[in-house]
Amino acid sequence: MKTKSTAASCRYDYAKSPPIDQVGIVERAARFTTRSIKSDCKRAGLDMVLNMIDLTTLEGADTPNKVRQLCYKAEHLHDSIPGLPTTAAVCVFPNFVSVARVALGDSSSVKIASVATSFPNGHAILEQKLEETRRAVGDGADEIDMVISRGRFLSGEYDYVFDEIAAVKEACGKARLKVILETGELATLDNVRRASDIAIHAGADFIKTSTGKIASAATIPVTLVMLLAIRDHFFKTGRMVGMKPAGGISTSKLALHYLVMVKETVGPEWLTNEWFRFGASSLANDLLMQVAKLERGLYQAPQYFSKD
Amino acid sequence: MDRLEILKTYKIFIGGKFPRTESGRYYTPEGKGGKPLGNICQSSRKDFRNSVVAAHSALGGWATRAAFNRSQILYRIGEMLEGRRAQFEAELIQQGVTASAAKSEVEAAIDLCVYYAGWCDKFQQVFSAVNPVSSSYFNFSVYEPVGVVAAIAPEKSSLAGLLGTILPIIAGGNSAVVLASESRPLCSVTLAEVLATSDLPGGVVNILTGNREELLPFMVSHMNVNSFVASDLKPAEKQLAREESISNLKRIVLLKDDPAKTESPYSILSTQEVKTTWHPIESSIAGGGKY
Repeated sequence: MKTKSTAASCRYDYAKSPPIDQVGIVERAARFTTRSIKSDCKRAGLDMVLNMIDLTTLEGADTPNKVRQLCYKAEHLHDSIPGLPTTAAVCVFPNFVSVARVALGDSSSVKIASVATSFPNGHAILEQKLEETRRAVGDGADEIDMVISRGRFLSGEYDYVFDEIAAVKEACGKARLKVILETGELATLDNVRRASDIAIHAGADFIKTSTGKIASAATIPVTLVMLLAIRDHFFKTGRMVGMKPAGGISTSKLALHYLVMVKETVGPEWLTNEWFRFGASSLANDLLMQVAKLERGLYQAPQYFSKD
Repeated sequence: MDRLEILKTYKIFIGGKFPRTESGRYYTPEGKGGKPLGNICQSSRKDFRNSVVAAHSALGGWATRAAFNRSQILYRIGEMLEGRRAQFEAELIQQGVTASAAKSEVEAAIDLCVYYAGWCDKFQQVFSAVNPVSSSYFNFSVYEPVGVVAAIAPEKSSLAGLLGTILPIIAGGNSAVVLASESRPLCSVTLAEVLATSDLPGGVVNILTGNREELLPFMVSHMNVNSFVASDLKPAEKQLAREESISNLKRIVLLKDDPAKTESPYSILSTQEVKTTWHPIESSIAGGGKY
């Protein structure tokens, strides 16, 4: 199959991406971390973050039982505290989608997200990527997390990247598409902005910062740049695009800073798990410890919370 | 014109760093003749919480470190103290003790370091045991550190009491979060400067200053603290410690002797857990073996 090439006029005009004021972004990002959050808001915020988590296991050592355990945890975060939400989704490798679908059933509020397109490096031919995507969706994935071809992007082959995203989007069918930019490999915020614009115009339902597989993952400045791209697109077209920072967010405090940023950048409409997600594995337990602290007044210890 | 004196702001010691209290509060205790001693951080429960996190991340490396190396580091603390005798003595005098008492307190503190340095790699073989059991098992009991220990240093003794509280805890491989004397806090902060420069990994000892009544409930109720040590609590505070600690059954150690004056290996044992192992063996005698 040949890449279905999109007519040049339909593609994104790359010159339109505005340059990014790196110093300004970093300063603005620092200000989000200075809000005072009172107890009631904090509890609501913690519940909200829990409900936005894509509970993730993407390890070489994953097994079907590990995935079943993860699915159970997604629905039963900590049963000794009644009234906790479920997580938004579980995120697994494509070969575990069918296991997760059996574990969660068809009526669960927990969605199944699957990485596809040769995660995490993205080095595969397009046919393989499309096949992997179709299979994952066929096995029951609600959402597909694809990686862009960073090598091509950095070589300036923006059309290729655009076409690839558009092709995967088509292969997704009804499943929502999250596009991972792997910002840690994009080197500059200008590149992050351009990659965000390309992904958004190519049809991404979500843009996502990172695979979590390299040292430099989601940061507040990078997420801010991506949110601004989402905001500009929304003002221009009225279409909402979701945002998912992933990797490196492991404390409740940091997660609450992200919520502040979302509210102040794109607005409260984005504060649901339909439009904002956290890709994380260890964040959930930190949130649970904070919730338990608010409920019982005692500082908590990690050994009282299930690991997976 | 008289020179305007600078009143030193003393900071707390968490994870090997010297932050100010996150609460931004401070108090100014008075020393001899009503002279202010300095601006001292009035730590909050969040500072305590952060210290426990630091103590936990340091625990793994410290508990598994060779006992001999722990011994070397404790001895090094003594060496560093020796080098700063004059400063400690001056602070003690400032806090209201006589020159001779100050001198002997600093000497006692240095001696405590040497004493517990010696025990680091010896208490295990002295107190561990091979237990006689009536079946063919090799049965032995060894000591392990309980984990993170929260402690309150004696109010009356600024330096020796604080060290006498800390040393037995860390000699046995635990990490510690210690609340220093509220009215005589100067030496605690200077001691932190000593600890920071004596090869002690950051987070093994964390020193807070502030109000005992305010912090005690959080020190004894924290689920991630494994033991609590104090020596001069009031009866009501002792009861609070016992009651509030049941959530995670932490071990409450209420010392009867003044830690400033106690040199005893049993002080180390009070924050140790005994692990007994049953190891099956072939009894050479019962089996009529040849060896």
